[in-house]
Amino acid sequence: MSDYTITIGTFIAIQAIVACGLNVIVGYAGQISLGHAAFFGIGAYASALLTTAGGFSFWGALPLVLFITGFIGLVLGLPSLRLKEDFLAITTIGINFIVVSVFLYVPFFGGALGIGGIPRVILFGTRLRGTPFLFLCLAFLAAVQLVSWLFTRSWSGLACFALREDEAAASSMGVSPVRFKLAAFILGTAMAGLGGALYAHFMRFISATDFGFPMSVMILSMVVLGGMGTLWGPVLGALVLGMLPEVFRPLTEYRMFLYAALLLLMIRFQPGGLLGESSLARQIFSRLKGGEKE
Amino acid sequence: MTEILLSLREVSMHFGGLKALDKVSFDLCDGEILGLIGPNGAGKTTCFNTVSGVYRPTSGEIRFGGIRTDGLPPHRMAALGIGRTFQIVRPFPNLSVLDNVIVAMGLPCYRGIIPSCGSWKRQKTRDGAMELLSKVGLDLQAPQKAGLLPLGNLRRLELARALALNPRLLLLDESFSGLRHEEVAMQEELVRKTRESGISILLIEHNMRVAMGLSDRLVVLDHGLKLAEGSPDEIRKNPEVIQAYLGKEGHSNVA
Repeated sequence: MSDYTITIGTFIAIQAIVACGLNVIVGYAGQISLGHAAFFGIGAYASALLTTAGGFSFWGALPLVLFITGFIGLVLGLPSLRLKEDFLAITTIGINFIVVSVFLYVPFFGGALGIGGIPRVILFGTRLRGTPFLFLCLAFLAAVQLVSWLFTRSWSGLACFALREDEAAASSMGVSPVRFKLAAFILGTAMAGLGGALYAHFMRFISATDFGFPMSVMILSMVVLGGMGTLWGPVLGALVLGMLPEVFRPLTEYRMFLYAALLLLMIRFQPGGLLGESSLARQIFSRLKGGEKE
Repeated sequence: MTEILLSLREVSMHFGGLKALDKVSFDLCDGEILGLIGPNGAGKTTCFNTVSGVYRPTSGEIRFGGIRTDGLPPHRMAALGIGRTFQIVRPFPNLSVLDNVIVAMGLPCYRGIIPSCGSWKRQKTRDGAMELLSKVGLDLQAPQKAGLLPLGNLRRLELARALALNPRLLLLDESFSGLRHEEVAMQEELVRKTRESGISILLIEHNMRVAMGLSDRLVVLDHGLKLAEGSPDEIRKNPEVIQAYLGKEGHSNVA
């Protein structure tokens, strides 16, 4: 594989991890978040600071990074308990802008210059770069998928589905809205934090602008395109949206136009996402499955 | 004298200047079916919502099983043993009928962190939910999405969900409205069977024939005040109740 392919692949794997985190919040628990990149950024900055100024190794910093992002996710998830739908969406956009400006204007976070000199990840005494680092990201993606899968099968997951469908009915069945919405926020933001840590050690230089509102929209697009609330939807969404700009590269001028047109067509014809219910892929799959039975 | 399961003492619920409930007191005995009736806007659903924890009463005291419960949130009330249905049905539309019931079966697991990490896809849970569904006659619809069911089936699904909580008290908010004649009969049968299994019932009902037929005792509300309380026969003859429903004799120009 060429360096170019590996770089694209690593980006896709990292974004898939972040998208899976957003899927827990938006797809499973039904809480709109348009500020997920903030947590991607918090994870990246936490890991970068701990490994440069703090002197930790990547592996020593990782549990702390997950804890920090999960905790901030818990605090910033509190508005979701009182706000719904569009109001929550606007609040999360606000959160994204605030986090970016904190990174940009507080000298501790390196200001406009960002943080550089982030060390590479060391595993079994070797510095991971290129293909090995891609495999590390894929391994983390697999772990994230496993956690997501276990979550959908747990009572907590079912409680989140119920809250997504009807909060009043769910709470009349013993589901505490506070507890389970915050659980979804903690899990989802910790996954974003993991993606952020990998991103920091991949780029080795980060700045606040990497984690702005456009990135949040991009991540949400991945989840919607692939299929909200499905296990593999966010991964497929990250794959498609990560590859499209590269595929359309010869058409430099029209690249973004095609990208937007594809999204619009998706929303028009497959609103549930590529892997969502009643999507083309699902129908074909169930027909094949039905054929086997006969 | 049987034990008192639910008691309301001078419960008031004010929304701004509106007194939706004004010092309402009544008791519900263990094993009883108590009907809550009254004209539109009498405060019946508000009364339900204070009992099930949706509203915190402005003043007054609610006791359930001896514990003071006014002000506890709905999920705590569910854990204490109160199951409810909704006047306007609230299914989980994108979950299957079976999963709708399984959500309620998780009640004991939602309180702790470790139990809530357990799996809900166990055969035992499934079998329990299927049993409840066949009790209400929805076993054939189990794999369907709940959002696709007609109203009659949804009312029975809500009943199955409430029963899955293993409640001591069931609150039925107009569980009969919008149903066909034969569906009403079926629902009545279900309510009777539920009581026989030892669950007390508080029901709101507009259909007088159903309310009178099912309830052991009735409480009549009008404009947030308790108007009367007694057996169906007493209520039927009560002049104040007749007046609340039909208006004062001689003052109407109609008929």
